[in-house]
Amino acid sequence: MATVYDSLKEVKAELMKCMKCGNCQEVCPIYLEVRREPTVARGKIKLVEAVLDEKLAYRIGDGFAEKLALCLTCKACNAKCPCGVKVDKIILAARSAIAREKGLHPIKRMIFSVLKRGGLFDLGLRTGALLQGLAFKKHPTLFAGSPRFPVGLDMRRVVPPLASTPLRQQFPKEIKVQNPVKRVALFTGCVMNYVYTDQGKAIIDVLKENNVEVVIPEGQLCCGAPVYIHGDVGTAREMAKANIDAFSPEKFDYLVTACGTCGGSWQHYYQELLAEDKEGYGDKAGEIGKKTLDIADFIVKMIGLDPKKLGPVERTVTYHDPCHLNRGMGVSKSPRDILKAIPGLTFKEMKNADRCCGGAGSFSLTHYDLSMDIHKHKTEAIKATGASQVVTGCGACRMQLTDGFNRGNVNLEIVHTIMLLAESYRNRK
Amino acid sequence: MVKPIIDDLIKLLGKDNVLTTREDLICHSFDATADMPSELPDVVVTPHTKEQIVEIVKLANKYMTPIYTRGSGTNLSGGTIPINKGIVLSMLNLNKILEIDAENLTATVQPGLVIQRLNDAVAPYGLMYPPDPGTVTTATMGGSVAECSGGLRGLKYGVTKHYIMGLEVVMADGSVVRVGGKTVKNVTGYDLTKLFVGSEGTLGIITEITAKLIPAPEYRKTMMAVFSDLDKAANTIRDIIGNKVIPATLEILDNVTIRTVENFMKIGLPVQAEAILLIEVDGIKEVVLKEAEIVEEICKKNGADEIKVAQTDAERDGLWTARRAALPALAQVKPTTVLEDATVPRSKIPDMIKALREIAKKYNLTIGTFGHAGDGNLHPTILTNAEDKEEMERVHKAVDEIFEVALKLGGTLSGEHGIGMAKAKYLEWEFGKAGLEVMRKIKEALDPNYLLNPGKIVGRG
Repeated sequence: MATVYDSLKEVKAELMKCMKCGNCQEVCPIYLEVRREPTVARGKIKLVEAVLDEKLAYRIGDGFAEKLALCLTCKACNAKCPCGVKVDKIILAARSAIAREKGLHPIKRMIFSVLKRGGLFDLGLRTGALLQGLAFKKHPTLFAGSPRFPVGLDMRRVVPPLASTPLRQQFPKEIKVQNPVKRVALFTGCVMNYVYTDQGKAIIDVLKENNVEVVIPEGQLCCGAPVYIHGDVGTAREMAKANIDAFSPEKFDYLVTACGTCGGSWQHYYQELLAEDKEGYGDKAGEIGKKTLDIADFIVKMIGLDPKKLGPVERTVTYHDPCHLNRGMGVSKSPRDILKAIPGLTFKEMKNADRCCGGAGSFSLTHYDLSMDIHKHKTEAIKATGASQVVTGCGACRMQLTDGFNRGNVNLEIVHTIMLLAESYRNRK
Repeated sequence: MVKPIIDDLIKLLGKDNVLTTREDLICHSFDATADMPSELPDVVVTPHTKEQIVEIVKLANKYMTPIYTRGSGTNLSGGTIPINKGIVLSMLNLNKILEIDAENLTATVQPGLVIQRLNDAVAPYGLMYPPDPGTVTTATMGGSVAECSGGLRGLKYGVTKHYIMGLEVVMADGSVVRVGGKTVKNVTGYDLTKLFVGSEGTLGIITEITAKLIPAPEYRKTMMAVFSDLDKAANTIRDIIGNKVIPATLEILDNVTIRTVENFMKIGLPVQAEAILLIEVDGIKEVVLKEAEIVEEICKKNGADEIKVAQTDAERDGLWTARRAALPALAQVKPTTVLEDATVPRSKIPDMIKALREIAKKYNLTIGTFGHAGDGNLHPTILTNAEDKEEMERVHKAVDEIFEVALKLGGTLSGEHGIGMAKAKYLEWEFGKAGLEVMRKIKEALDPNYLLNPGKIVGRG
């Protein structure tokens, strides 16, 4: 038995569930912009069927790969599908087939090989942090800079600065508390480790405040989602195993993530990727997967929101649901519970809070204009709430929201849910 | 032949609006209908204006190339499959609401507009556009008008043709005509508006639609009644209408469907029941409350085993769960879902359901039946596997027999899906040779070269 990541044929049962009703058209952010059948799940499923039926041949860089690249893996179609087709599984299987049989784009291959070598990646980003002043011009209000010359980014883009010291270098491996009620292992993920260390610090503060002991295992890498999402299954497996090796020796009650994509990797994808692994990594992935929780869910469900700890935050906020956090990990209520519990805070729900912001990791690099077209609706929905701050549960969404705000001339701060909780705790003191 | 027209189309529309890659063609070779032959078009075009459509039609005439107008491709009779190759004309870029005229209760829209968007736009005026196909959130106005789609509210509100007041149509020769208008009363000449509604893209290309709006009901009440006997359910349907209550929706689920939904959803449906009726009355609150009471009494009097009345929106959603899950649950049993829309006078619903059961037995097939009991529009759904050649032969025989029975009971081939390719061969059964010839004469008078959606409804004589 092969996994869907090793043989496209294995996805056939999933394909057959699709009855071509086209309901996916209602929710696909790309289709709603482009209005063309190959961009929506139904069309892509038809294309994968055509490949399996040998009615469509494909080469790298050709139409098939190009059409299959047009997916945010936002899972909105999965949620909408009356027949329960797991469209993201089909997309990942097809992208794996493309990468396996036709090779990876050389630039992607280079980036992925750096991602899997934690040391080199770390060195690169720390060097980048030192030199970024040369390449980026600071934005006057948003926490971001725009490129001074093309550095592989669209010149219209703003990106947040790299942290001068990554999160993991700022904290000891183990953060002890008196009378610990729980012990968690923190998976930092790339964006939180190298860019938004503020959310990492807030998470550690909140955990400490609740008598939770934290271990931040060394040797953890990027979760690998950018790699398997683009079909490089071999590299993704190596990264998954390295992460499992980094966490396995540690004793912890829960593995906590602060990003739906990282959390989803631990909860589902490692097990799927390693299901046939001969060294038993599939089972190990399964065990840790069961213990994986998003930080908001961990706080609300495992610790509880103690009103005695909460101080006032006088502000109006709105919440953007990250796709992989909401539809991937099923976390949408806990972040709202946190916001609603904070005294003084006014929470205003935006229209279509669960609609993708268009970032989708490197999608925004490869399809910048489309990504921003999709994002426009998000900016409009946020503006309509009159909120003075935007809350979300994903670093990558924070980056995309920042870039979108720059283009839409909106000057709102974007924070991770736990940062607001940490602020509330601080205000109590 | 193909290359020159593509060059001309690119000159007309620009490269971005002329799609020719194999991937694009494959994605326009099918629609939502199961068990249909498919074909790749030569080219897909995505115009933005009526003027461009006129020019496309002129090019089609110059090169004698067929045109298949396509909206969201959610239709269920093979109506948008480019069976003779040629041009697929995607209308999705023409998607504006041109006017909402609250005073005259009309809206004028472009054909690529998704139906739900119209309803969202008129809701603030307290109005609604009643046709409510299952695909209301994805299907376009143009496609819906061309197929004359129906939906869940057919019993009280009718189908699309009852709400289309005026159209602008590009004819097969490239001329543009306007038919109908905004007036409630309009009896000028032949009723060309109705001729184009439901013409499935075979008589002209609709480029503008003026639709009738009505005041949205202010209140509604929903209930579910469970019956251990099909005839009791049928009597209930008869008595509700006999007592002068016209529910907005009156849906039925048969035993196969009940069991399948329950198997997938575990929502506590009575798996022994012969039928479930789902009934919703809407309108002015006082009237609705009174009507709901009458309906409940009639259900009781006819021996319903159980009656649930929704007290809140959440409970209403709960009651609708089974109906919404019917098709998806059935679709998950087997890979191919052949969904028909044979329609009979509502008094014949029990006869039709019994006949469907016999057909299922005779051909050794699983048929789940659900649908719009109130208006007699049933959806017998055959669960099969397109790759099983032997079973598909039995499916085709069963489908033949379903339509035969429906017509024998005084019914019709299609309540809301249209004829397309799927039912073209049965048309003569309903219309007779002479009737079919009338249709063919109309087709040939308006489109003598069969350029518009050839192979659908009527073929060449």
